[in-house]
Amino acid sequence: MKSINVKVLLKASPIWIFILFELVFFSVAGSYLSLSDKAFMDVDNMLLLLKQSAPIGIIAMGMAIIMINGNIDLSVGATFAIAAIVLLETMSSPMFEGLGDWVIPIAWGAALLVGTLLGAINGLIAWKTGVDAFIVTLGSMLGFRGLVFMFNGENPTSHLNWTLVDFAEAQFLGLHTATWFLLVVTAAIWYLMNRTVHGRNAYAIGNNREAAVNAGIRVGPHMMINFMLIGFLAALSAVVFYSESGSVNPNDGQLYELWIITAVVLGGTKLTGGSGSILSTLGGVIAIQLLRKGLGHIGADTSTVNLVIGSILILVLFLDRQINIKGREELKV
Amino acid sequence: MNTPTPVLRLENIVKTFPGVRALDGVSLSVLPGEVHALMGENGAGKSTLMKVLGGIHQPDEGQVIVNERPVVMNGPLEAKALGIVFIHQELSLAEELSVAENVYLGELPTKGFGRVDWHELYQKTDAILAKLKVGFDAKTLVKDLSIANQQMVEIARALTVEAKVVIFDEPTASLTDAEKRVLFDVISDLQANDVGVVYISHRMEEIFKITDRISVLRDGQYQGSVATKDTDEEGVTQMMIGRKLDLTRKESNHELGKIALEVRNLSSGKAFNDVSFQVRSGEVVGFYGLVGAGRTEIAETLFGLRNKSSGEILLNGEVIDVKSPRDAIEKGISLVPEDRKGQGLVLGMNCRDNMTLPQVDDITAGPFVAEGAEIAIFDQYRDSLDIRTPGWKQDVGNLSGGNQQKIVIAKWLSMKPNVLIVDEPTRGIDVGSKSEIHKLLRKLASKGLAVIVISSEMPEVMHVSDRIVAMYSGRVTRTFECGEVTEDNLVQAISGVSKLA
Repeated sequence: MKSINVKVLLKASPIWIFILFELVFFSVAGSYLSLSDKAFMDVDNMLLLLKQSAPIGIIAMGMAIIMINGNIDLSVGATFAIAAIVLLETMSSPMFEGLGDWVIPIAWGAALLVGTLLGAINGLIAWKTGVDAFIVTLGSMLGFRGLVFMFNGENPTSHLNWTLVDFAEAQFLGLHTATWFLLVVTAAIWYLMNRTVHGRNAYAIGNNREAAVNAGIRVGPHMMINFMLIGFLAALSAVVFYSESGSVNPNDGQLYELWIITAVVLGGTKLTGGSGSILSTLGGVIAIQLLRKGLGHIGADTSTVNLVIGSILILVLFLDRQINIKGREELKV
Repeated sequence: MNTPTPVLRLENIVKTFPGVRALDGVSLSVLPGEVHALMGENGAGKSTLMKVLGGIHQPDEGQVIVNERPVVMNGPLEAKALGIVFIHQELSLAEELSVAENVYLGELPTKGFGRVDWHELYQKTDAILAKLKVGFDAKTLVKDLSIANQQMVEIARALTVEAKVVIFDEPTASLTDAEKRVLFDVISDLQANDVGVVYISHRMEEIFKITDRISVLRDGQYQGSVATKDTDEEGVTQMMIGRKLDLTRKESNHELGKIALEVRNLSSGKAFNDVSFQVRSGEVVGFYGLVGAGRTEIAETLFGLRNKSSGEILLNGEVIDVKSPRDAIEKGISLVPEDRKGQGLVLGMNCRDNMTLPQVDDITAGPFVAEGAEIAIFDQYRDSLDIRTPGWKQDVGNLSGGNQQKIVIAKWLSMKPNVLIVDEPTRGIDVGSKSEIHKLLRKLASKGLAVIVISSEMPEVMHVSDRIVAMYSGRVTRTFECGEVTEDNLVQAISGVSKLA
């Protein structure tokens, strides 16, 4: 039967089917509505889309782990901004003036280190106090953002290094530098979650925390590592993005956490933890970027885009529930 | 004395929690190759003792001695390293993961850099599963298994290490008879290898079938150990509750009324199929079957929690359509759910408010809840059900299991139902309160209520019911009248044997 096949397909890889649907829709709609005469599915356009997915996508990989582990991190946007400031400040610091381009690895290292440390702070507080990660990172979201403003007030922090810009704008095998970073991070996190003890334990903890504790898994250290990882990835995302742009506003990265969580949830990760796939998370990231770009392509403005994405998020989760329900005779909620 | 040295000894273990002395100087020894039953009422301290043994709690005083060496265990992995394996009562599994990952949870085999050695993991797990003769393999996801098979996964954990002591906490609660046999084989294998087995169960017939010695706890205190062959059910019960138990049942001598509830060819998806039965007012009908036989699902359908796929429900001769629990309550059907703490009570709320919760909308004076009316309801049922509580202000969470259950029953009785469905009325309730609940159910029936009792305990259904509906795998296999039921034919009916005959 045809309807059953559709259901099976939807169950297996809903997010990729959704992406396919988006591509078809925007190509067709675009040919009528778009002001530009370029096709939506243009290769350059798609490559650009992947590049633009990278800042959110890299952090989303970390968020997927955090959510599979049964936590959430709201502070990633602020961490992103702090790491960006550290990056640009280090490069323009008089201390490293004589080093020439050798300042780049130092600046990168400093930014990544700071990101990891901020993550570690979140993890440590959540672990040692037992306060829910939602609350801890809500607090650190405000706190970290406060630090950003304390540093330079309302003013942007800027520094452009042309070697870096060249690096960031380079294309290897057609893909941009940022895209490569996204792909490598995705592969690494996929390996971590599917092939290592740490990853499998993270699944177990998110799935049934008590069972994990009973089995002697130490929940705290795993949580700590995951928070350090997402801090590192938030910083890596900043490093990749600001190497090219060279200027950070104190408001940069705001609402990132919500876009990222949206992408992860669209990718099928459960808010309650224990279940989720890294590849589908990549799908979620691309799906959102496609929506934003596609709606822009057919002439929608930003506020419409937000409204549509919000509605789609709810619709997708509702459909997911309907598809996964075992039948009309299920226990009602 | 030529007794062998115990593999495990506990000496004067004391464990206190804020306000409670959970274990008060408990001593216990487990010999190699013996099956040692640990018994006691709920709250007697069995679980706490086992958690001390399993390294989850550390004792405040006293010593744990393994192979004549005192040990301190910080955490379950250290206990496991000493050869003490704990098979948990609640299914302690991560459902989204594979069977293999669950069996080796916490100690996945690795091959450097923290990478999981999947080949070894699956191979070792499949070897264990082969021993257990189960019909699934290591790569199956736990969420795709039946409850009974999930329990087998839990049991498989016992075989992952060279165990010296294996603790089973109520392992048979959700097993079918065939699986029980496999479990008992596993236990006798362990015995043959000189492993000491600690076996916790409420099921007397199992205790007397497989154990060598019985130790009893009461209120955190050690009541002594006896050889199983030197005692009987009555003796053990007496040790557990400190008095004798009246299990005799008086035949119901009141007249049965007309048919209050009739179910014709009711089905609901895969849960149950073509179920028909009648309940008269004044009658207690017991539903007996294994976990997963569809009993609870029938109750849920009658109560509007689940949609039927076909069939009819008749209340007082009229066909009704129950859309929701609210609908059911209005029509006079009440359900006392299986999970008292999770589904039946708001533990942090006081006795009165719990009791009047479903009708609080109706007992109002102006915009406010009428306190006086609420207290009147509470007083009435406290007296008629003999609920022992210091007063209505007491939080329900502080009451004993038996009294909590009475509060739930009172809550539904105050809604004046025609049909009362009680799912596992005495789960987790101690032996003494059990018989009180049974008497209460009989009394309610004698006052003209139609009562349905769903239970997994054979003595309970046999003791409390006028008729027994036996179910197997979603179907009614046989309905027994009071006089014709025996343990044997009941067991046959629920294990699907009589269907084949």
